[in-house]
Amino acid sequence: MTLNSNLKNIFLVIFTTLILSACSTAKKSADIEGDVYTGKETVEYLASGVPDRVFFATNKSSLTTASRATLRKQATYLRKNKNLNVTIEGHADERGTREYNLALGERRANAARDYLMTYGISGKRISVISYGKEKPVNPKSSPISWSQNRRSVTVKVN
Amino acid sequence: MKRFIYIFFFNLFFLNKSYSLIEVDITRGNLDPLPIAVSPLHVDIKSDSHADINVKELGSNISQIIERNFKNTGLFNPLKKDAFVQKPDIAHLKPRFEDWRLIKAQALVTGKLLIKDKKLKVEFRLWDLTAGQEMTALAFTTTPSNWRRVAHIISDKIYERLTGEDGYFDTRIIYVAESGPKNQRVKKLAIMDQDGANIKYLTLGNELVLTPRFNPTNQMVTYMSYFRNKPRVYLLDIETGNQEIVGNFPGMTFAPRFSPDGKKIIMSFAKDGNSDIFTMDLETRVVERITNHSSIDTSPSFSPDGKFIAFNSDRSGLQQIYVMRSDGSNVKRITFGKGIYGTPVWSPRGDLIAFTKMHKGRFYIGVMRVDGSGERLLTENYYQEAPSWSPNGRVLVFYRETKAGTKGEGFSAKLWSIDITGYNERRLSTKTDASDPSWSSLLSK
Repeated sequence: MTLNSNLKNIFLVIFTTLILSACSTAKKSADIEGDVYTGKETVEYLASGVPDRVFFATNKSSLTTASRATLRKQATYLRKNKNLNVTIEGHADERGTREYNLALGERRANAARDYLMTYGISGKRISVISYGKEKPVNPKSSPISWSQNRRSVTVKVN
Repeated sequence: MKRFIYIFFFNLFFLNKSYSLIEVDITRGNLDPLPIAVSPLHVDIKSDSHADINVKELGSNISQIIERNFKNTGLFNPLKKDAFVQKPDIAHLKPRFEDWRLIKAQALVTGKLLIKDKKLKVEFRLWDLTAGQEMTALAFTTTPSNWRRVAHIISDKIYERLTGEDGYFDTRIIYVAESGPKNQRVKKLAIMDQDGANIKYLTLGNELVLTPRFNPTNQMVTYMSYFRNKPRVYLLDIETGNQEIVGNFPGMTFAPRFSPDGKKIIMSFAKDGNSDIFTMDLETRVVERITNHSSIDTSPSFSPDGKFIAFNSDRSGLQQIYVMRSDGSNVKRITFGKGIYGTPVWSPRGDLIAFTKMHKGRFYIGVMRVDGSGERLLTENYYQEAPSWSPNGRVLVFYRETKAGTKGEGFSAKLWSIDITGYNERRLSTKTDASDPSWSSLLSK
């Protein structure tokens, strides 16, 4: 009997620990999916409901489903505002060599630009610039900040 | 038999005449540095006074710079002056070898100087205390304001005599001086003597500047600047301050370096998401495409004979190092180890390529042979990259960054150097945070 209740207690402890750890990992992983940031922190808006940035996986420049949805919103917004030009800034995290990161930022900015162009936005309206790892939005050295820094940001120029 | 005798005699001759008994082997890590006494240079009492220089202390100041240079090599152990047994002028004439041997010195540097008619006249001698003989001596004349360079030139001559290799003390390092919070860094081009003296800032910090590199044949510098928000490669004459944009590219140019003859700049040009390698001839302005691949090709570096180029590319998926002929043909991947590789830099001796390696969240500076074999990792840290060679190919300087907290606190970027033996890692003193170092050639060559 005492053994039984002891066992029960142990199970309870293990169970609670499992739930707690599940919560803490859930909290972390809610903002990162396969190395790509999916949260709202650091995001700004070109207009209501039009996020200004998309995020990338380490060393990658491919667009995720969420990123494509964001860029389609940007394309709709740009179609409505025909006189608006933008610059897309490409960025990398701090965990790479400086020169490679400059190239990577340029490749990311162009991935976003190409996608906007397939949705009918003239390339003449979109300039790109890469800052490599030079302008982190989050200065902390942690996987979550690195994921926030791997980004391309669409900025209005006029 | 005849041949045997010939070799025997030749060796004897060699040992007696050219080689002294003391010698410093720099090919291995030196755990037993050579004890050397650097006597203060004797200041001739007939010397004029000088407005900017404490002439009385000049001999002592020069000897201290020499000592610091020697200590920083890790190959020498400069002895404390309070144990010195002879006055500088007498020692310079003819040291009492047995007295110096008593304080365990194996080599002795003596010298004297005179400032007269706005000229600084210096002479020095290097003595082998074990053999009891003079090893080398030199006299030269210069303007007094050059006195620090005099100390470096003497250091180079002694290093050359004792190691059989060129020195690297009369050199400068150009780098990026950093200040301000991590997400709002202000970056300026800065230049200093190899020992950290004479820091000068070459830009004001109004625009982002990156990756300055010396021309190996003169005092020109190439670097990248975001002037007017256009990231481009620039050419800067550090003597006159004149600068110009390199080429007329319709997009970002970056990762510049000079060819070994100093006549071309090799760099990456990014267009539509793809970075390839180009050269521009500084005289004819002719631009040549070297790579044409849909991957990122960057960080190019010529071999010292100009025949090959090392670069990094992610054409295999992740960053790896490749070598090709200087016309872009015959591309060969040379890194196959675990991890990813970047920033290949060809040694001025031609035998090694220095690189940055990233593996399991750690950063390494290493060297390998030019075919990728014989990889040796010299130092491991949280973040470090961008090695640059001393002109004699014996030391690497690079930058290292530390981890930052939530608001960027704890972040720093500093210059470090390490011997290619993997020994003698040390931080270079800079007034500010610093990154992207590039080592000049010997100024007096």
